[in-house]
Amino acid sequence: MNQFSYVRPASQKAAIDAIFRDNTARFIAGGTNLLDLMKNGVTAPEKLVDINRLPLKDIRFSNNILHLGATTINSEVAAHPLVKTHFPLLSQALLAGASQQLRNMATTGGNMMQRTRCSYFYDITMPCNKRSPGTGCGAIGGINRMHAIFGASDQCIAVHPSDMCIALAALDATVIVAGPKGGRRIPFADFHRLPGNTPEKDNNLGKGELITGVEIPANPFTRHVYYLKVRDRASYAFALVSVAAALDISGSTIRQARLALGGVAHKPWRLYEAEKMLTGKAPTEENFRIAATVATRSAATFQHNAFKVPMAQNSIITALSKAAAI
Amino acid sequence: MKQPAVGQSMDRVDGRLKVTGAARYFADHQLEGMLYAALVCSPVSSGRIAAIDAREALRAPGVTDVISHLNAPPVPGYKQETPNPKQGLKIFHDDRIYSNGQPVAIVVANTLERAVHAASLVKVTYNQETHATDLYANLDKAFQNKSMKDYLRGEPDAWKKAPVTVEAEYNIPLEVHNPMELAGITAHWETPDKLVLYAKTQGVKSVQQTLKNLFQLPEQNIVVHSLFVGGAFGMALRVWPMEVAAIIAAKKVRKPVKLVIGRKDMFTLVGYRPAAMQKIGIGATADGKLTGITHEAVAVTSPYEDFTEAIVGMSKFMYACPNVNTHYQLVPLNLSTPVWMRGPGEATGSFALESAIDELSYKLKMDPLQFRVINHADTDPEKNLPFSSKYLKEAYEMGAEKIGWKNRTMEPRQLQEDGWLVGYGMSSGVFSAGRGKATASAIFGADGTLTIRSAAADIGPGTATAMVQIAADATGIAPAKIRFLLGESEYPEAPRQGGSSTVSTVGSAVSDVCKLLLQKLGEMAAESMPAFKDVKPADIGYEDGQLIVTGKPAIRAGFREVLQHRQQPELQVTATSQGGEERRKYSMYSFSVHFAKVHVHPATGVVRIKHVVSVADSGTIVNAKTAGSQMIGGVVGGIGMALTEEALIDHRFGRFVNNNYADYHVPVHADTPPTDVLFINKKDPVINPMGSKGMGEIALIGFAAAVSNAVFNATGTRVRDLPITPDKLLPNVKG
Ligand SMILES: Cc1cc2nc3c(=O)[nH]c(=O)nc-3n(C[C@H](O)[C@H](O)[C@H](O)COP(=O)(O)OP(=O)(O)OC[C@H]3O[C@@H](n4cnc5c(N)ncnc54)[C@H](O)[C@@H]3O)c2cc1C
Repeated sequence: MNQFSYVRPASQKAAIDAIFRDNTARFIAGGTNLLDLMKNGVTAPEKLVDINRLPLKDIRFSNNILHLGATTINSEVAAHPLVKTHFPLLSQALLAGASQQLRNMATTGGNMMQRTRCSYFYDITMPCNKRSPGTGCGAIGGINRMHAIFGASDQCIAVHPSDMCIALAALDATVIVAGPKGGRRIPFADFHRLPGNTPEKDNNLGKGELITGVEIPANPFTRHVYYLKVRDRASYAFALVSVAAALDISGSTIRQARLALGGVAHKPWRLYEAEKMLTGKAPTEENFRIAATVATRSAATFQHNAFKVPMAQNSIITALSKAAAI
Repeated sequence: MKQPAVGQSMDRVDGRLKVTGAARYFADHQLEGMLYAALVCSPVSSGRIAAIDAREALRAPGVTDVISHLNAPPVPGYKQETPNPKQGLKIFHDDRIYSNGQPVAIVVANTLERAVHAASLVKVTYNQETHATDLYANLDKAFQNKSMKDYLRGEPDAWKKAPVTVEAEYNIPLEVHNPMELAGITAHWETPDKLVLYAKTQGVKSVQQTLKNLFQLPEQNIVVHSLFVGGAFGMALRVWPMEVAAIIAAKKVRKPVKLVIGRKDMFTLVGYRPAAMQKIGIGATADGKLTGITHEAVAVTSPYEDFTEAIVGMSKFMYACPNVNTHYQLVPLNLSTPVWMRGPGEATGSFALESAIDELSYKLKMDPLQFRVINHADTDPEKNLPFSSKYLKEAYEMGAEKIGWKNRTMEPRQLQEDGWLVGYGMSSGVFSAGRGKATASAIFGADGTLTIRSAAADIGPGTATAMVQIAADATGIAPAKIRFLLGESEYPEAPRQGGSSTVSTVGSAVSDVCKLLLQKLGEMAAESMPAFKDVKPADIGYEDGQLIVTGKPAIRAGFREVLQHRQQPELQVTATSQGGEERRKYSMYSFSVHFAKVHVHPATGVVRIKHVVSVADSGTIVNAKTAGSQMIGGVVGGIGMALTEEALIDHRFGRFVNNNYADYHVPVHADTPPTDVLFINKKDPVINPMGSKGMGEIALIGFAAAVSNAVFNATGTRVRDLPITPDKLLPNVKG
């Protein structure tokens, strides 16, 4: 790890300034991802700008919108009565991630910004276009059991690792950003990127921009929700495949469905087509099966991850069945 | 008579030290003027070092030195002729790279952070050569060395002629010990020929011996301290090249040097359980009598050492089978040398054998438990000797009762709970019950305390606690007045803590030294105490901390009184103990039986173990609490082997890709189900004075097969390649 300086600006503006003026500076929140990356030499910021004391810790529900400050911690959000009551899918997804110790440190903003867990990205002796553009993708032709089946490019097949973000994607959240040129709002679907030819970019946050919070509009998905995470051990492992499923069921009809997959793409993978297909249908296993087939039509697999397609299909069916309680 | 201490669930004598953080592990020792080391490791897997440029590292703040083969002080024990690749890795001796992660330099600085940073600044260039790390792509390189003899009993491949047969291949991946405590050493040359070490080791004496030869020092000039070890499982049974690197560095900088390796280096510097491919052919008559077993294994080793273990051992004697042949080979790969890992050899072999037995039982349509009982070996068919003790049939029954074996259906996929498929599986485990040679000294003080010393180790099972219990029973002195001290090379000789033999070996020495102590006290009493004037020493016995005399109940003396009477502050005796002829007359093994009830999710392939019952036939249980913990620990290790652990190598680079705790999955709490540990707890009449057989290994041996067998019972899918990850059980893909 390189030597670095550490500052704790008193205001949001000062924090943004500190980052904007210095290319080698990084925000630090919980530090659970950044510190590992620094220890592995993946990133070497010369200045850390601590944002934990900025007033970004509120959890409030007003005007039918849930607002989560950027430095609220994962465990607190997961346990918050407002979240559990109105957005149970988010609570479930958060609790499926990492471990309680990590969730006690990890923040809402940091979680969205966490980088891929691809082994080739983490090992600086290996090729990786995301870490060192132009060096090649180690995972293509390498060990790619954990890698993408949707939206990959010949530059990068890494997956986005967050659980929280899969629920936020399904719930149509909005990322609230403050930057040197003022604030802006980024719909969640537009926040993370696919790798394309610029795999070094995980998301569309601009230079010096700070996530100040995230907003989730009130929704009818309070009862029929399920976050299913399939992983190699019972806890404290990243998803092989995860499914955020939310249904609004009236009588025997699905009025609205939301579906997103984790562990399968460079960003949370919303399944718009499958959602559309389910709308107006009965919540039956047969319909869920069709949705799962629709959902995985565009999948493309690599040497070790072909299993993710049937696993995703089965997981979608299981998650929808759990959500619908059939 | 008081209740004996052996058999009590006594709390650990060092429990308080451990839970309060007062126990000092090797890395906790801070020496005056100590410096910190970090390794520079090779990112290439084979070749030669072309150049090392340490200038930038040497300029970095706080850096004292960068040491490599270019400037290391010579190690006198390295033979100077051209390196024989089978002599082990001579660190910093020449420019050869044998495996990825091999240390090529060590950086010494005044803080850990500075050493680590400076290590990243050392520029090493290599002349890379082709490497091989894939067992399956290199099977043509398989060979046998002299120690690896084929075994044959009866007719070879007799199974092929049997009416009911199974032939299958079983694969286990490379597994890494990964105890919580990282490896390393603190080395201090107090004078140019006196070396003091704080080590993480399973045997201080063996460290002393190894280094005595390497550095050609008198034994007493090497002092090794290792009071606490934070888990080892076999990885601390030898001195590793990286430890020698730290010793070389300390020699060069003339200061104490501490090296603690990183988690990723735990995959490359301290051994591992070798990946192995096994084939079993097994046959039985229609009524379930085994007629033949053929067991073949190929396992990996390093280019510079042949590591062998008893992979095919169990097949030779576990069942009463007239025809058995085995064949075991090694494939040298560009990896570091493997080492014993809990249940060495047998854990690998039992997965194959106990899976094959299960497979055959389905073909026979016979309860696999019943099948095992039918083929129970009443005597050892390999050695043609009676067992010193064997209660395996009882163990089968106890375990079956506890897990609810009667709920199992012969036909797979019959049971469901909460939407999960339910399956039951079982297996047996076995490990040699050893007894080595050990010496212990005992000092009885006039204050009534007894202190026993032996250079034994405690990697976690609770050695000192067990020894105190054994000493308490041997002397009648209360456990609270007894201390057992271990982990110092200056103490009397004891072997390494490995192969489940510490209680048997060191416990016997403790028992013997206590007997000698009492004998001496009796002699002293007879010699000098008026009341004992006419008593023959042979008539003196003891009871509750007092000397008594056969047939003369009036004559008694407290142990302390004997010393006080002679105004002697203490009495010291030393005894050496080892087994004798009985080893030639008996076959000695510990046995275990594992039962597992699993849930398998029919859609996602996720396996959850719901209940485990493990039964141990390991003779007298000295301490049911520590023994129970030891068994549970073995089960947890077995869950890892069965479901989660696999060190992955990208063979293009010869480099591990999941070399951290996030990606190399050891089981977490959520993976560990309620586990019932049952003990036969019957004294072995032969093995040693306590009648205790070993326990550490059998806790794990066989466990993976029990899980795999349960998974088959639940799903009808046989997974022969560990670990059983969800992808291998997806219903809509071919497994
Ligand atoms: C062993 C392990 C297992 C894990 N398992 C899981 C899992 O199963 N599921 C899962 O979802 N996650 C998992 N995680 C990841 C964990 O959720 C993330 O590390 C955590 O959410 C990151 O949050 P943080 O606050 O610690 O971020 P930090 O490490 O502080 O920061 C991460 C990045 O975000 C940037 N950043 C932080 N806050 C802001 C902001 N407000 N605006 C702009 N940029 C910002 C930082 O500059 C940095 O680049 C695991 C982590 C570990 C170490």
